[in-house]
Amino acid sequence: MLELRGITAGYDRRAPVVRDVSLTLAAGESVGLLGPSGCGKSTLARVAALLHRPDAGTVVVDGTEARGWRHRAPRAQRTAFGVVFQQPRLSADPRLRLRDLIAEPLRATGAPDGIGELATAVGLSDDLLARRPHQVSDGQLQRACLARALALRPRWLVCDEMTAMLDASTTAALVSVVEDYRRENGAGLLAVGHDPVLLGRWCDRVVRWTDLAPGSGPTGGGQAGRGM
Amino acid sequence: MGDRLRLSAALVAVVVLTALVAPVAWPLDEQAVDLAAKLRPPSWAHPFGTDEVGRDLLLRCVHGLRVSLLVGVVAALAATVVGTAVGTLAGALGGWADRVVMRLVDLFSSVPHLLLGIFVVAMFRPGVWPVVASVAVTHWLSTARIVRAELLSLRTRPYVDAAISGGASRWRVTVRHLLPAVLPRAGLAAVLMVPHAIWHESALSFLGLGLPAHTASLGSMAQAARGTLLAGQWWPTLFPGLFIIVPTLAVAGLAGAWRERLDPRRRSELAL
Repeated sequence: MLELRGITAGYDRRAPVVRDVSLTLAAGESVGLLGPSGCGKSTLARVAALLHRPDAGTVVVDGTEARGWRHRAPRAQRTAFGVVFQQPRLSADPRLRLRDLIAEPLRATGAPDGIGELATAVGLSDDLLARRPHQVSDGQLQRACLARALALRPRWLVCDEMTAMLDASTTAALVSVVEDYRRENGAGLLAVGHDPVLLGRWCDRVVRWTDLAPGSGPTGGGQAGRGM
Repeated sequence: MGDRLRLSAALVAVVVLTALVAPVAWPLDEQAVDLAAKLRPPSWAHPFGTDEVGRDLLLRCVHGLRVSLLVGVVAALAATVVGTAVGTLAGALGGWADRVVMRLVDLFSSVPHLLLGIFVVAMFRPGVWPVVASVAVTHWLSTARIVRAELLSLRTRPYVDAAISGGASRWRVTVRHLLPAVLPRAGLAAVLMVPHAIWHESALSFLGLGLPAHTASLGSMAQAARGTLLAGQWWPTLFPGLFIIVPTLAVAGLAGAWRERLDPRRRSELAL
């Protein structure tokens, strides 16, 4: 179970992007979070994955309340989440070959190094694995980012507009990789997006941002303060 | 691009070889004075001419190159190591650690750096190492600022978020993802610091606090030649000046090519 209770978060305490939002995901459940650009849904997703400290509210991950965020979160708690972001170019360290990119979480945690299965699952050939991010397409890079997110077998997946930059066939391929993984491992999913058709087909339940946070409308700007 | 790299590399090789081999092959008698042959223009006997006490300028330039390169390179390296460490501490930790460290940097910046440098050399006997220490102590600030600013912007990249979710420690994120991205820039700052370090050495020597007056150093030679330049004797200024400029350009050219190679996006363009 992943519980977000009364989350207020943003990049400036005087003007929070997310105001008093609560959302609960049952174990293994997939929830689509639907909202327009700039409404704060990405910020909420980052809070859920313990990557952004909220100004107020609590996050409870499988019964344990989160006490720290980012590096201050216990490793076991933050690796319970696999995150995939919208822009693969910014999500990949430009210096690492795809092979090392995918293996990085395994190395960081001292897990046995072996990405063969992961690479096969996301459909990356040996030739592509030997390349660096600038030598592959957005779709191929996003496949590697998804493989990286799955490397530590997370109990929760947070996909923040994972397919927004991709074509239909790659979108379908990545969604099916996520669903295969969830079927085998019983992992839950928080998928953030603005495409009601995609989220409706993909997820058990779709939550509209306007129902979740009636008070907070779109703030314009789009991902304010992320330094994109 | 390839030509520039080759030319720079060749020049650097020539300069380094000259600095290493020539002073051993033609040792310098620092007391040798020939007042009968003072301020002779370039000739076959003295290709660079002679200085105001009749010493051979070619010989002194070659020896000076060695001293200046030693001071410039070692001091710039030391300053870069200190600056990178301080900048990393501030930039990678952020928050209050960043504020404390950067106020310290501001405090250092508020002291005129030549004054601080003079203070450092004044504590020791004149020599190469106090000069190196003096330059290092006063020149790490800009590198610290560059490294810190770069890290603060890199810290917010999604790939850092992904690394945190992937279980990477603060140390691993810094060493594996952040530092490799700033080292080329710090390296370039180090190279551009070399000529400044050479100037610093000459300024200290001019004030009588750097190297002993009889030591051949390019900076002090150029300083000593100021008077004769106005009298029309150009060679005591020109040749030490060239010996400062040529290595500087060569090293900077090499650094530029090196940086292009380190940027992975540029690298593929080179390979194509």
